[in-house]
Amino acid sequence: MANLAATLRAAFVLAWPVLGLLLMMAAGVLIVSSFGSISLQRTLTEGLIKIVTVVGLYIFIGNSGVISFGQTAFMAVAAYASAWQTCCPGLKPITMHGLPEFLIRNSIPIIPAGLISILLSALVALIVGLVVMRLSGLAASIATLAVLFILNAAYSNWDSVTMGVSSIVGLPTYVTPWIAYSMAAGAMIVAYLFQISRFGLMLRATREDEVAARSVGLSVFWLRLIAFVLSGIVMGLAGVLHAHFLGTISIDTFFLNLTFITLAMLVVGGTRSLFGAVAGVFVVMTVIDVFRRVESGVDLWSFKLALPAGTQEVILAMVLLGVLIFRPNGLTGGRELTWPFTRSVTRSVDSMEKKRGHVGGKPAR
Amino acid sequence: MLHVLQVILDAIALGSLYALVALAIGLVFGVMKLINFAQGDYITLGAYSLVVPSASITPPLLFGALPVPAMIFSVVITCVILALATERIAFRPLRNSSPATLLVASFAVSYFIQHVTMLVQTGRPKSVGIGSQLANAVEIAGLRMPGVQILTMGVTLALLIGLVLFLKKTPLGVQMRAAAENFEMARLLGIRADKVIALAFVISGGLAAAVSMLLVVQTGTLDLRMGLMPVVIAFFATVIGGIGSLSGAALGGFLVGFVSVLLQTYLPADLRPSRDAFVFGLVILTLLVRPQGLIVTSAAKERV
Repeated sequence: MANLAATLRAAFVLAWPVLGLLLMMAAGVLIVSSFGSISLQRTLTEGLIKIVTVVGLYIFIGNSGVISFGQTAFMAVAAYASAWQTCCPGLKPITMHGLPEFLIRNSIPIIPAGLISILLSALVALIVGLVVMRLSGLAASIATLAVLFILNAAYSNWDSVTMGVSSIVGLPTYVTPWIAYSMAAGAMIVAYLFQISRFGLMLRATREDEVAARSVGLSVFWLRLIAFVLSGIVMGLAGVLHAHFLGTISIDTFFLNLTFITLAMLVVGGTRSLFGAVAGVFVVMTVIDVFRRVESGVDLWSFKLALPAGTQEVILAMVLLGVLIFRPNGLTGGRELTWPFTRSVTRSVDSMEKKRGHVGGKPAR
Repeated sequence: MLHVLQVILDAIALGSLYALVALAIGLVFGVMKLINFAQGDYITLGAYSLVVPSASITPPLLFGALPVPAMIFSVVITCVILALATERIAFRPLRNSSPATLLVASFAVSYFIQHVTMLVQTGRPKSVGIGSQLANAVEIAGLRMPGVQILTMGVTLALLIGLVLFLKKTPLGVQMRAAAENFEMARLLGIRADKVIALAFVISGGLAAAVSMLLVVQTGTLDLRMGLMPVVIAFFATVIGGIGSLSGAALGGFLVGFVSVLLQTYLPADLRPSRDAFVFGLVILTLLVRPQGLIVTSAAKERV
């Protein structure tokens, strides 16, 4: 009996880093969806989708320590795939005549369409990963940047299928705050299960010391590839949500700006923990939203304050630089949310990790 | 035959331009393991310094109105000051961070400069007429070449040769190469870290200024993203050439330029708009065959 209680307790403590976050987020969603204004609710949904995105980034970057600029490409793959299956039956024969006959004639229900899209982005991530993961850390980062540019160039010019650089408008919009919440929860649970799994721990070992990890027989290539594909799946989910939240997609929304903002979120929060990924989204979304509102003008007592467009981006860049310089491990310091009433193993591991520092890879010589 | 020669000249012109940017990236990487994304924004800002900041799409000239030597001097000074400022404010506090951290930081610096420029100059492309008399074709031995291209080739080759001489023959240049080879060892032998790093940024600023003026003369437009493509291509060039190797960076730049021009010429017309996708695809394929790049240096392998 005592054993069972202890086991349950241990399981609870183990699950707390993700459970605690989910509970807090649920409270936030509950409050905003009952009392918040429409625009705040939209910001909330957008933030939850960003959590899916950043958690997707975190699965690869956080665990492997390799910066990837290419993950937003997988969002684009899934978003476009979902648009081909669900969007605008009337227009498809004209604007997207390069699609297979079957897709031109039929629309697929949103759920199987979403799953197929995610599968496609996973497949693309696998193919890309098979090539890119063979490279060493820094070269791999540059190669992922190449992947982003390749996909952008291809989709921008593949007019008969992607409508080039113009937007595809009229996707069904079904993403509500609660749907976004449950998807974010799913992504976070997947990320957490991966990071405490055998593969996740082995990958983290390669991040801490690649040479030592190799010497005990770990395959850096396979471990990184697994995380890369898993990340591709979650990024695909984020792409589908993004598309069906806005109802419109264009290839340039999945390019350097989105890459920068999501990477900034991850780094600001702390690349080395799930808590960091989620907290980073919260902090950066708050900064962005506040300045977005100020840019469009707010009444401040007697005078009207409106900052010029672009201020928000400048502030964001300064926040990111400040965090890199003054808190290189991010605001969370790479720690997980720990159950405060017990001494857990994870906490002592975290305090060890805290000493090392830096976004990824080895600390400096 | 003439056509082939023409293509080769085109390729040399573009390749040497990329080689210049790649060398700037490679120099900075050598001394502080920073892959500097902001290099592109040095180029952009250098180009924008030619005109008076305004919202107009055909703005009056600022440095561009000066006599040519003064114009070149002012733009170079602007870019060098910008490069040094980014080093001092953003990169020096991070000097002991991992390359991944530095890469993210340079991404942030780039985003910052780009949006400050946008605040001042607005995001719309602008047109600026400098050196339009160079657009006329010059005929040399049956080869028709735009004056701009001759200028680009002349300037880039002169700069490349000058840089090589500087790196090989002067004490400072030797110090820089030593630092790029093994920074710790170089410091132990009495090379001042601050000096070498600042010098790398000065050179990268100067090269950015040269590239920015060449781009403006070539295209006649200013665009917030004008520095992006050259820099991304230079990234790939340094990786292909072998990260940490200066001659590798230059070689990589030339190779990417050659491949771009060859694809532009010989790709079927309907695939030509996607040329860059093929160029970048080749980058990845090259890396598959030679993951360490063409010229392998000690910097490529992480030491225990």
